[in-house]
Formats: sequence, C-alpha cells, structure tokens
Amino acid sequence: MTCEQTNSTWCVIIMLPPESFRIQQHLINVNKEQFFFEHYGLTQPDLERYLAAALSAGGDYADLYFEYLTSTSLMVDESMVKSASQGISAGCGVRVVAGERTGYAYTDDLSPQRILHAARTAALIASGPAKTPVVGYQEKQARGLYPVTLPSVDSEITAKVELVMRADKAARAYDPRIKEVRASYGDELRNILVVASDGTFAEDAQPLARLNVSCIAKNADGISGRGSGGGGGRVALDFFFGDKNPEHFAREAARQAILQLDAREAPAGEMEVVLGPGWPGVLLHEAVGHGLEADFNRKKTSAFAGLVGRRVASEKCTVVDNGTMPWRRGSLNMDDEGRPTQSTTLIENGILKGYLSDKLSARLMGIADTGNGRRESYEHIPMPRMTNTYMLPGDDDPQDIIRSVKHGVYAVNFGGGQVDITNGKFVFSASEAYLIEDGHITAPIKGATLIGNGPDVLTRVSMVGNDLQLDEGVGTCGKDGQAVPVGVGIPTIKIDRLTVGGTAKRDAGSFMQ
Amino acid sequence: MSHTTLETCNTKVETDLKEIAADVVGRAISGGATAAEAVVREGDEFSTLVRLGQVETLKESGSKSVGVRVFFGKRAASTYSSDFSVAAIERMVRSALELAKVTSEDPLGGIPDASELGSLAGDLDLYHEDVYSLPGPARIDYARRTEKAALDFDPRIKNSEGGSFDAATGHKVLANSHGFVGEYRRSYCSVAAVPIAQSENGAMQRDYWFSVARSMSRLEPAEQVGRIAAQRTIRRLGARKVKTAHVPIVFDPMVANSILEHIFEGVNGDSVYRGASFLAGKLGHKIAGDNVTVIDDGTIPGGFGTSPFDGEGVPTRRTLVIENGTLKSYLLNTYTAKKLGLQTTANASRGLAGTPGIGPGNYFLQPGTKTPQQIIAGIQDGLYVTEFLGHGVNLVTGDYSRGASGLWISGGELAFPVEEITVAGNLKDMFFNISEIGNDLEFRGAVACPTIRIDGLTIGGE
Repeated sequence: MTCEQTNSTWCVIIMLPPESFRIQQHLINVNKEQFFFEHYGLTQPDLERYLAAALSAGGDYADLYFEYLTSTSLMVDESMVKSASQGISAGCGVRVVAGERTGYAYTDDLSPQRILHAARTAALIASGPAKTPVVGYQEKQARGLYPVTLPSVDSEITAKVELVMRADKAARAYDPRIKEVRASYGDELRNILVVASDGTFAEDAQPLARLNVSCIAKNADGISGRGSGGGGGRVALDFFFGDKNPEHFAREAARQAILQLDAREAPAGEMEVVLGPGWPGVLLHEAVGHGLEADFNRKKTSAFAGLVGRRVASEKCTVVDNGTMPWRRGSLNMDDEGRPTQSTTLIENGILKGYLSDKLSARLMGIADTGNGRRESYEHIPMPRMTNTYMLPGDDDPQDIIRSVKHGVYAVNFGGGQVDITNGKFVFSASEAYLIEDGHITAPIKGATLIGNGPDVLTRVSMVGNDLQLDEGVGTCGKDGQAVPVGVGIPTIKIDRLTVGGTAKRDAGSFMQ
Repeated sequence: MSHTTLETCNTKVETDLKEIAADVVGRAISGGATAAEAVVREGDEFSTLVRLGQVETLKESGSKSVGVRVFFGKRAASTYSSDFSVAAIERMVRSALELAKVTSEDPLGGIPDASELGSLAGDLDLYHEDVYSLPGPARIDYARRTEKAALDFDPRIKNSEGGSFDAATGHKVLANSHGFVGEYRRSYCSVAAVPIAQSENGAMQRDYWFSVARSMSRLEPAEQVGRIAAQRTIRRLGARKVKTAHVPIVFDPMVANSILEHIFEGVNGDSVYRGASFLAGKLGHKIAGDNVTVIDDGTIPGGFGTSPFDGEGVPTRRTLVIENGTLKSYLLNTYTAKKLGLQTTANASRGLAGTPGIGPGNYFLQPGTKTPQQIIAGIQDGLYVTEFLGHGVNLVTGDYSRGASGLWISGGELAFPVEEITVAGNLKDMFFNISEIGNDLEFRGAVACPTIRIDGLTIGGE
C-alpha cells in the first residue's frame, strides 16, 4: 500500500524508436450508435432524473460519465503463449461541482437505483437549493479520428496470437546473443457517454491497441543488455500488418539489447546534449507539459504559474499539444468531459502562450476550455491532461546539429521521466545514448538520467532540426494515480547545457567547452 | 449538508462472495476445464482533500469484480468481469474456456498442488471497521487539521496541495478446483499533508508527510503529520546544485525503501528464471556486505503486507532472503518455483486477469544500531538524499542513475539543501557498499528500510 503523493507527477513509458511523421485519415463515417441506450436501456428521462438528483443540493455543474470497457491481452514468453486474458468493466461516475468543490461517486452497477444513489452521494458536496439542469442536450458533431472497431471478436484472436509469435521469432532471429524475448499485445475498446447539466451530450467509441517486445541479450563474457520496442495507437488490428509489423518492433528491441553489450560508462556532469527525434519528446512532456496543466496554475503550485506572455524557451521553440491527430495514441474525438479536443499552442517562438484546461479550471480561471479534461476511468475525477505534445520542426539539418558538438551526449531513446511541478525539476532517463566527440557520434553509453529545470531548460535550445517525428505510441502518463495514454514528439534538438547522471570517473570539466 | 449520510452508506447487497467464487470454479470445471481458480473482490473507498481550509474533493464509492483462470491440461487463459449477473458470469467463464484454446501448452503450468494450499489460522489483525467510524464532518476535519498544522508551522508555508484523509476496506475470496476457498478482509486509513513553501525570491518547494494504518486507533495525530510535512518542506528552501562529486550518500528511510525494492525485483522469480535479473544464478553467493540481512514475512499480525494466503491459496510464511550478505532465497510463486526447481515461497500476487505475479509480504532490511544522526555525524562531506526523481534503474545490468534532492552533509551535520543532481552507480556494487544501517526501521507500507549509508556512488551536478 503506497501513498502516491499528489504533485509528484510521473510518466512511465517504454522506449520508442523513430518513425516517419505520417498522417493517415480514417475517413470512416462514425455513426454513433447510442451504445448505452441500446445496451442498458438508458432513456433521456433517466438521464434527466440522475442529473436532477446530482443537483438536488445545488451546485454549479453536474455530469454523468458512462463507460463500458472491453480489453484483451496476450503474452508470449519463451516462445510460448503463456497468458491470454479478456475482460469487461462497466460503470458510471457522477460528479457535482460547487465553486471549487467537487463531489464524486461511482457505481459499477448501471441500474437506476445505484446510479441515483451515486448521484445523491456526489450531491452532498453542495449545500443549497436544488438546481435544474439545462433542458435539451446539445449533441456534439461526430468526428472520426480513429477507426470504428468492435470489441475483441474471437475470429481475430488467432491473428493476435500470430502477432506475438512473429515478434518472438523475429527478435530471436536478429542475433544469437538474444537469449530471452517477451512479446505482448493488448487492445481495448472504450465506449463512453458524457451527459452534463450544461447540455453536453457526447458519445465516443475509443479503440486503443499496442504491441510490445522486450529482449535480453547476453554475450560470451556474461555481459547483459536489455532492449524494448513497441507501438500502436487508436488503430484496428490491420495496423500491425503494415509497416508497423511485429518484425519492425522486434528488430528494434533486439538492436537496443545488443547495442548495450558494448556500452561504456556514461559521463557525469553538465554538458551539451543532443536529443534525437521522436520519443525524446518526453522532455517536453515533463519539462513543460505538466507545469502548464491548468489545475497546478489555478492553485499557483506550478513553477510556471504567472509566466504567460513571458519567455520560457529560445525563439526556436514552438510547442503544441494536439489531441486531433488521426489514430494517435494520445488523440481523442472528445475529452472525458464531452468537449472536442483541439490543437493548443503552449509555447510560440519561446513565449509561453497558455495552459491546458478542463471545464473546472477554465471556469475558475476565466480562460478557454482547451478540451484536455481526461480521466482514467469512471472511478476517477477528470483533470487537465496532455494528449500528443510535440515541438514544431525548425530549420537545422540534424547532421549539422551533431557536427556542432565538441563533447557531449546524443540521446535517442528514453525510458520514462518524472517532474516535480512545484520546483520545476524534471528527469528523463536515456536508454540508448552515445558520446559525441569532435562532432562525431562515437561509442554507445550506458543508460543515464538527465536532470534539468523546466522553466529554463528550453531557453538553452540553440538548434532545432527539420526532422520532427512522433513516438511509436506506447506512452502512458500518470498523475495523481490516474494513468492515461499520451503521445510525444520532437525534432532533433541541441541543448547547450544539461546535467547528465553517469558514473564515469573522469572529470566532468573535460566534457565542457 | 446532511451530515450523517456522508458516511459510507452503500446499501451493500449481502452477496456471499465465497458462493460466487465456488460457483465460477464449478462452471469452469463443468465446461471442460481440468483446473480452475476464481478470485472475487469487493471494496469501498472514501477520500477527501481539503485545500487552504476548504473542502476541494469528496469521493465515496464501492466496487466489485470477479476473475477466473482456467486450465485445459497445460493451456491457460483468464477473463474478468465487473458484472455479477448470472449471464455475465456464464459469459466470462465461457470466454476463458474459448481463449485457452489459443494459448500454448506450458509443461509447468497449473495451480498449486492440493497439499500446498491453506490459510493461516487466527486473527491477523488486518480488518478494523473503525476506519469508517468517524462521521463525515470529522473526516473532513482530520484532513483540515493536518493541513492547518502545516500552514501554521512557518510563515514561509504559503500554499498547499492540501491535507487529505482516506479510508478503504476490501474483501477478497479465492477458490480453486482442489476445493480451496479462502477469504480475508483488510482495512486501511491514511492522512497526509502536502505543503508548499516559498522563499523571498519566489522559488517554491513542496514536500509531504503521511500516516497510514489499518485502524483509526493507530493513525498518527493530524497535527504531528502536518508539522513533519512542514519541516520537510521548509528545509528544502534555497536548494542549489552542487558540483559533480564522489562522496558518501545517506538515504533517508523513504528513499532507502527504493533500494530495497530493487533487491526485491532482483530476487523476483519471474526475472530470475528469464535471466532478466542481475541476481540470477546468485543463490548461495555473497551479493551484499555482512551487515545486510533481508527478510520477507507475510505473517506479521497487522502488517501492510500480511495476508493468510497468497494469490494462489498457499499460506504465507517468513522467508530469509539475504542473510549476512549471502543470497538465501528468491521470492517465488508456484510457476517460477517449478521453473527454477524450487518450492514456492508463497509470494504469488494475483490481479483479476493474467498469470500470477510476485509480490512482497512485509519485506524489510534488518535494522542496525546507530541512529540516523550518528550515521550523518560520521561524514565530513556527503549527501543526505530525501527524494528521488525518475526510474533510471536497469535491473538486467544493475545500472543505476536517478535524479535526486536532499541536504548536503558538511562536518557531520546537515548543512544546506541541494537539488537538480543525479546519483549513479551499479546495484551490484551498491549492496556491498552499504556501510551503515540505522536503527529506525518503521513500516509505512509493505516494504520498510531504515536509514542507510552507501559509499562509492557518483553525484552528477555542475
């Protein structure tokens, strides 16, 4: 039993190799089929009754969040499919907001009696005369950022087994020094309905799938290395039978594991750092993304509080959070408050432009709702969260960026990261990195944590490449104990000074220009 | 506000969870499974957060779930559901039986032998109804007083992430086709404060403190928790970077815990049989200094890691993991024990779905005799780490590199706060270099470690 403390926000993810920045519009007519009306016999008068119960003691706002989640997962280990599981969870969360106060209750039983009980429990946060919800719901314009999939059907299970078995085979075939391979596949389909006292009525069916491969390599001297690869998004099964096939991810995992066998100690101290494109965008997620979530700024607990309009990055830096990219892991047709997602500019040419908000923070701060209200499930209260967070490309040739560094580190793959919102300190841990010596990439180095200060790390970005990539799609972000899928991206960038947490005994000064 | 109704008043349908679990196993067997195991869980939770004296959130709910694992000979699969209707349970069991057709024959798969199953007798002191005994307003008041004690402690504490009070109870039943049916209830309550301090130049720091207990009667007073949270926060004000250095490092118990968790991951049978652990193949070898003894004990009454049986229905026990530096036992469930030709240590942990994993009982480092002050007093120049940031640990190679903050030790005393630095080394060396172990072992969760000093690490800074 751990006590996950509030604003220590972390982000656990698994590595990611580069990929081309590809937009693939799924032009599928999303015919929202009113899932909960059909499957649970829910009616419009029911919804009105629940909302009226939620506002029975007053309050400014109430919403109902219905969720029906089906999931499948498969795992192969030692070339055997050792585990296969499927499950269904369903429930409804009721939220009542009164001023800055939030009351929340949920039920995993969708009977009217239980939902009414949850509504009356959540209502206790308020203390005033009953309020009446808006009459007449506004149905949102349907958007189709991802394919319409069906809950896992049996006919597909053999294809999914094929994916993990192919991944296992490809990783083992890559090099005889690959000794252990574990591959897993997981998918889910989340049907949600959000109904709110402000007239919101919005439904979505959100697919999510991912394939992961992890490998352990061992050489004749007993040296070990590990590597991982994986990807996915809000995609259908056919996604994994194209470019992003099991062999693609397996080879990447195996390549990293083999590379580690020859890694030398990483340097320690401040030095120039070049980040490769794609997954190293986790820098943005930790260094600036969390600090710009509106809840921390409303409470003035973020190191970024009050910095809108101020310079927080070099003028080469423009950072956006974009929930509207087709099929991406962090994308959503609508957020978990029923608002359409959007592309929000966080930093424009180095100047802080604004925050990521949900309904509560938008109302209390008098700012626009950016459609970033997300929650892990019906058991959770929504809060401002990122979607896909990335830096726009610049003009520099990635080769020139490497050539400009005399002594430094080139980091291309990362594990996760973490940030302390209040003092701005953040880390992200490189899992694949190289030394740069006299403008050339030389030896691979062992994994090392990079640490910096969010509000000023981007002011030291002196070069921005023209090679923006997004990650492959396995990122999961945790905040206040709630995990949600996210995406990150970045072009190759150069940071003039960042602390690298290695062990090499040589004097760190020799790495500085 | 009608106060009385704030208490958890879920009109619980008094369903017999044991009956449901046995029914699920029966359905699986009559559907053709050669073995089956069902888990049923029911729980409720209450939480409140008070910020700057005002209630910010109130949350209250209950939930339940059922999961089944079936075997067709040596093939296994699992399914779960939050719907307890007969139709849903029947569908869940049928899906598991279908799914088992696509998995591989695993010669070592299966549930434990009947002779291994059982449940510790007697009251393990895990469940106290009193976690819900406070009326609603008193729970809010507990949270409010905790935060207030922090806010009142020092004028530099100017903001807060709040004070919180949480309570939860859980009921778990496990049944399998050997006829085993076991159950237990556990309760939990906690109080915490997360104050924010600001220095004259506007720089902010936050820290926290908490108390957690299985009974309200053992929860620490609100004022004490708030005060410690404030002290921990204030001491971080004015933190600065230091130069890259090689000096002794003292880990406070909250961060020393994480070092002990790395040993846990290293002796985790699942990592060991796959060769994914830097401790694989080290049974009977010296892996740490003579002063290091590590124990896992799932039987300690009232413990946060205590249960009468593990996730597979095997009675929990006490396992000597490391004795005076020698690795004596891995921590195993039935499957990983078979893979390694050993016996299970009753460390199976089971979620609703998937194969059982490995989890700790009450897992701790045997304390030494020195106080933390005495350990610090023995260091001329060093670092006292109070917080880690990030997860830069590679358990395959033992490579270790994490972000850190804490206090600089100068002349045997805590001198000034430091931040934005890294601590790096290799776990294989670190366990040999634990040069001091404090006497301050205290359980605030299933894993506990006293203050420790480790030499030979690299601090990355300016």
